[in-house]
Amino acid sequence: MLDEDKAALTKQFPELSVRENCNYLAFNSSVSEFKKVLETLKDEFGYTFLSNLTAVDWDTPEQRFSVVYVLYNMESFEYVGVNVVCEDSENPEIESVADLWPAADWHEREVYDLFGIKFNNHPDLKRILMWEEYPYHPLRKDFPLAGKPTEFPSDDVRERMGTSVKPAPMAGGPFTAGTCGSMSAREPRAKDQSWNEKKEKPSEK
Amino acid sequence: MASGSEYGYNSKVEGNVVVTKLDAAINWVRKNSVWPMPMGLACCAIELMAAGGSRFDISRFGMEVMQFSPRQSDCMIVAGTVTYKMAESVRRIYDQMAEPKWVVAMGACASSGGMYRSYATLQGVDRIVPVDVYISGCPPRPEALLDGLMSLQKKIEREHSTVSLIKGRS
Repeated sequence: MLDEDKAALTKQFPELSVRENCNYLAFNSSVSEFKKVLETLKDEFGYTFLSNLTAVDWDTPEQRFSVVYVLYNMESFEYVGVNVVCEDSENPEIESVADLWPAADWHEREVYDLFGIKFNNHPDLKRILMWEEYPYHPLRKDFPLAGKPTEFPSDDVRERMGTSVKPAPMAGGPFTAGTCGSMSAREPRAKDQSWNEKKEKPSEK
Repeated sequence: MASGSEYGYNSKVEGNVVVTKLDAAINWVRKNSVWPMPMGLACCAIELMAAGGSRFDISRFGMEVMQFSPRQSDCMIVAGTVTYKMAESVRRIYDQMAEPKWVVAMGACASSGGMYRSYATLQGVDRIVPVDVYISGCPPRPEALLDGLMSLQKKIEREHSTVSLIKGRS
């Protein structure tokens, strides 16, 4: 973004502050103002493409969730990021941008599904990955990777098979793929092989 | 009939009569016309397709008729990661298959959840459907799949099909 464009934008929105980012220019905005900022970026500064829409759980008591918008300018080949902190940490809410970019529809559903951030005025806000009745939001920091015990999604399968959603066995830690070494060393495997189902985790002894 | 043999043939008997057990005859028919249904959910399905192609040629063993309808198949090959959300559909499709039916858990994910030790993944398809053969590998090579299906044929050979015809298969 040109310096004069940046000055014009910050003049129009005095609350906007530049956010430290090593990849592209980014701004901090507020829940009340961000949609106007995005609309201005789209209509007046040529950032017509919604490249990404996601959220971050900072795991702090205050200002826990922030929603991140990354826009792209097809003419100057530049990105710009807008970071919005949700006010409520328990039941975060934010305005939907699905009317500006139809692509935001499913992105917002995913953020709602995995972080539990409610998007106001969304055309059809329901879970997209987990099943409808699932009670948790798995990408929140207080949710364990293995999951929590829950009822099985389908009534008849649950009744006949007696199955339920159980936490996945985490022996040896999560599976990770290495980034260096030979191909065989980079294969996905349990991170810490010093413990498993039969041998206790060293730190829990 | 010689003991241990599934059929007996005596050239002195007029009319070329072959004596056998009903079980043996039914099982022989069943094992050589397994119609698999590909339940392709992840990368294992790619290996499954390779097994159906000319290089590995699944039809050498009498089970090349891949049916994409559960009504016309009797062996469900669960090839890939089964999520909890998908589990309902997998079970429903299994229910729609006509008896007798078998299930092959192809690969680490279908057998045990594999590397997906996570909140979203069913840790083994045997929690929702009865599995006959487990195939290891991530994904298994087509040869491993063929070997697993041949193991299934051997299993079918040993079944008491006549009893189940009268009493119903449990």
